[in-house]
Amino acid sequence: MKATNTRDPEYFHKVVDCQYACPAHTPVPEYIRLIAAQRYTDAYMINWESNVFPGVLGRTCDRPCEPACRRGRIEEEPVAICRLKRVAADNKGDISDRMPIIPKKKNGKRIALIGGGPASLTVARDLMPLGYSVDLYDDQRAGGGFMRSQIPAFRLPEEVLNDEVDRILDMGVLTHFNHYVDSLKAVLDKNYDAVFVGSGAPRGRDLDLPGRQAADANVHIGIDWLSSVAFEHVENIGKKVIVLGGGNTAMDCCRTARRLGGDEVKVIVRSPFEEMKASPWEKEDAAHEGIPILDNHVPQEFIVEDGRLVAMRFDRVKAVYDSNGKRSLVSTGEDPVIVPCDDVLVAIGQENSFPWIERDVGLEFGKWDMPVVDEITFQSTNPSVFFGGDAAFGPQNVITAVAHGHQAAISIDLHCQGELVTKRPPPGVTLVSQKMGIHEWSYDSQVENDQRYQVPQAELEFTLSNRKLEVELGYDAMTAFQEAQRCLNCDAQTVFTEKLCIECDACVDICPTDCLSIIVNNSEEAELRQTLKMPANNTEQDIYVSENLRTGRAMIKDENVCLHCGLCAERCPTAAWDMQKLYYSVTKAGQCG
Amino acid sequence: MTYIRPAFRHPELPRNELGFTRKDYEGAISTLCAGCGHDSISAAIVQACFELSIAPHKVAKLSGIGCSSKTPTYFLGNSHGFNSVHGRMPSVATGANLANRDLIYVGVSGDGDTASIGMGQFTHAVRRNLNMMYVVENNGCYGLTKGQDSATADIGSASKKGEPNHFEPIDLASVALQLGATFVARSFSGDRQQLVPLIKAAISHRGFAFIDVISPCVTFNNNPKSTKGYEHVRDHLAATGTVDYVPFKQEISTEYEQGQSKEVTLHDGSVVHLHKADPELDLNSRRSALRLIKDYKAKDQILTGLLFMDEKSQDLHEILGTSKTPLRDLGEAELCPGQKVLDKLNESLR
Ligand SMILES: Cc1cc2nc3c(=O)[nH]c(=O)nc-3n(C[C@H](O)[C@H](O)[C@H](O)COP(=O)(O)OP(=O)(O)OC[C@H]3O[C@@H](n4cnc5c(N)ncnc54)[C@H](O)[C@@H]3O)c2cc1C
Ligand SMILES: Cc1ncc(C[n+]2csc(CCOP(=O)(O)OP(=O)(O)O)c2C)c(N)n1
Ligand code: SF4
Ligand code: SF4
Ligand code: SF4
Ligand SMILES: [Mg+2]
Repeated sequence: MKATNTRDPEYFHKVVDCQYACPAHTPVPEYIRLIAAQRYTDAYMINWESNVFPGVLGRTCDRPCEPACRRGRIEEEPVAICRLKRVAADNKGDISDRMPIIPKKKNGKRIALIGGGPASLTVARDLMPLGYSVDLYDDQRAGGGFMRSQIPAFRLPEEVLNDEVDRILDMGVLTHFNHYVDSLKAVLDKNYDAVFVGSGAPRGRDLDLPGRQAADANVHIGIDWLSSVAFEHVENIGKKVIVLGGGNTAMDCCRTARRLGGDEVKVIVRSPFEEMKASPWEKEDAAHEGIPILDNHVPQEFIVEDGRLVAMRFDRVKAVYDSNGKRSLVSTGEDPVIVPCDDVLVAIGQENSFPWIERDVGLEFGKWDMPVVDEITFQSTNPSVFFGGDAAFGPQNVITAVAHGHQAAISIDLHCQGELVTKRPPPGVTLVSQKMGIHEWSYDSQVENDQRYQVPQAELEFTLSNRKLEVELGYDAMTAFQEAQRCLNCDAQTVFTEKLCIECDACVDICPTDCLSIIVNNSEEAELRQTLKMPANNTEQDIYVSENLRTGRAMIKDENVCLHCGLCAERCPTAAWDMQKLYYSVTKAGQCG
Repeated sequence: MTYIRPAFRHPELPRNELGFTRKDYEGAISTLCAGCGHDSISAAIVQACFELSIAPHKVAKLSGIGCSSKTPTYFLGNSHGFNSVHGRMPSVATGANLANRDLIYVGVSGDGDTASIGMGQFTHAVRRNLNMMYVVENNGCYGLTKGQDSATADIGSASKKGEPNHFEPIDLASVALQLGATFVARSFSGDRQQLVPLIKAAISHRGFAFIDVISPCVTFNNNPKSTKGYEHVRDHLAATGTVDYVPFKQEISTEYEQGQSKEVTLHDGSVVHLHKADPELDLNSRRSALRLIKDYKAKDQILTGLLFMDEKSQDLHEILGTSKTPLRDLGEAELCPGQKVLDKLNESLR
């Protein structure tokens, strides 16, 4: 196998599993260390630069970083990365003097943002400091998009959202709220230099079953109902509520219904419990609030009596998998299940819809009637129209919308400056030794054994009677410190220098997780992986291969379960191993070149 | 400040017949200098005991004084141990072995501990064929007292101080051969592939199993003019062949070339294979081993590997015809059979 090229920053970036998995590549271990040091404002700013909404995301993020976290490969649970972010947000000091300066003199370029969700707001955040004039259009009465209309206040208090949304709007964005854009052509006619479409995926799926029309008064589309609750058009619901669907929207619907008068709220889902789309912690929270989840029930009929919805009928199924693992739900043939109800919330998915985009403005639509959008530049086939967030490739989550926004802002800037949008800026990378002395590193290299700490919650009797009362209380400073100490500091990279190694095996022997081997490298990767001290079976994780050493063997490291404890570097008599901190930051618009 | 070994281990660590992982054979974290050859030997002992599926409580570790003699703390943390005074490990080992013949005795010593202050003790343990493995971690110096030349330093070899040694070195493998050791090998701390099977064979051997392991002292004797530094040893290494240790019960799967291979079955049924690199070696002849050691030395080479084995060896217990039951398991009735028996004995001597 060829020796590893560690000069490619992506090699070490990938070792920082959480940061690599984060769509916005937030430097996670860096901010976790700052939280442990109680430098909350600094920790907040690291987040703000990358993900723009640390307070929101510290409560609501889908956390793709956590399943990726290395800690989850050596013990039960990953580091509570998301909830630590909230600690930074809750405890930060004044950051007004750390905000980018907005030039008084504009650069003469005008940008329109359609939709006021996280994607559009991120574009504004990146372009305002560069002197762009930005107009934002949204049909809601305030900014934030789905963060405001969908994510319930008991998960995300309005003040937290307002704080982070306003910080961007206060940069001087010209907002047009309560303004539904019904024609892209009309926007283009206003001669903007670029238009960004961040309109989300605003259409909830309906369920066309017998009785649907007759029951209409008591059947609600989940996302429409949630936004009516958020904007206080709806204040109560019947006592018996059925929520159809198994995703996060269903979880928000059932928990909201519970707070609006639903005493008997049930989630009823077609698939088996384990295969529900909702995150495990959302399911736990629903269960904690006394909401049963009935799985393997396929809805058949809305039962209406005397012109009023009284129940729903379900067929029991079981999941059957064919040889390709494809699932089908097959009826068990048992008697149908009748579940009485006053109201039904349909939360079975949402989709994009672009009725307001004319099909003759040079903007091509492809499969499933979705616009054709480049996955790197976010440019559509109309060179001055860009997409991002849920509008680009279908519903995702806030952090993905933010990541799109950053990249779209780079493209818009390049486009407006007459550059090629394909000229993407390289990331900012530094790699610096952390050695301070014998057995002394600038990071806390000792690995703590603690299990993941639970985030405390407010008592049910209070949360269920007040839809706006935040359920999670957040970590206190001490627990945050302890949880932060669970972080393995994966950005403290093990960096090897061949010519210093005397092949004494000290590193190989001390490594607690058997990551290292000094062996002859004369086979291809798959075989080499099997000849290591411990076979490197996790092929998602790279192996590092050095150039050949003096005896003709090579140093090989399986990155999979390295604890970044630094013992290899401590035990090395010649400092052939060193611990060096990688700081990897995604370059933003205007920072290139 | 760290230097605490994390508790986590590789989640897929293999288990041996007893259900233990390597972790169960580890000791405390080493306080030796980073890169010391002795740590490699500790790791080899861990690996060998793990692979042999030895119950840790069935092992007694014994040592004297020196960096090498400190190492028993750094392996087999669940075994018995005794750190004796300088050079006195052999007599402690003899006493322990006579009291409890059922334990596996792992002696670890240094070239100073064995070839200087402990020479007298060492020679008698060898000639009594005490059933133990005796490892000398040989760095040609007194590491613990800052690197003075030891009795195994070669003429002309110079440690960090730079002053060449003037005195004839003691070759401990040759001494062991001459005094009747029934298993003699030499190895290098940097050659794990050779060392682990040698340790396994030495532990399985009944009788005195001696391994002289060249083990560089990185701090005081790893300079270019030293003959016991990593570079010099690697450049002058030769081997009698490669050793395979096949435990009892396991079928022999490798095919061995005729003539070049020697197969020895140990008393516990395990088998040692030597694939000879030098056909001159006769594994059952002390003279052959002694001659080859000299010949290689004359060529400025260090001969490593298995040098001599007497698989029919009789250990001290067999020679003395001692009780099959360990002394410590005998009750008062057996140990003090009473006046009648004493009278009878006295009578027989009149
Ligand atoms: C119930 C629910 C809960 C969710 N919970 C989470 C969560 O906890 N964590 C998470 O990460 N993600 C969550 N999501 C997903 C997340 O909200 C979205 O992925 C994210 O907000 C998408 O951001 P965006 O910027 O693309 O668009 P959006 O946030 O959807 O914003 C688009 C905005 O554009 C407006 N708009 C649309 N068309 C027009 C038009 N023609 N003219 C003017 N305005 C228009 C919309 O009204 C909306 O305000 C949830 C989604 C739902 C439905
Ligand atoms: C009776 C006695 N004499 C002298 C010493 C001092 N002393 C301690 S270790 C040592 C030499 C150890 O050399 P070696 O056995 O080669 O061990 P190394 O440190 O080289 O591994 C000496 C002379 C002592 N501890 N006790
Ligand atoms: S930092 Fe070094 S010693 Fe620690 S786990 Fe990683 S490779 Fe092993
Ligand atoms: S500890 Fe250092 S010198 Fe020794 S093998 Fe490891 S990298 Fe090489
Ligand atoms: S002084 Fe020499 S023998 Fe002792 S621990 Fe250090 S390197 Fe090893
Ligand atoms: Mg010594």
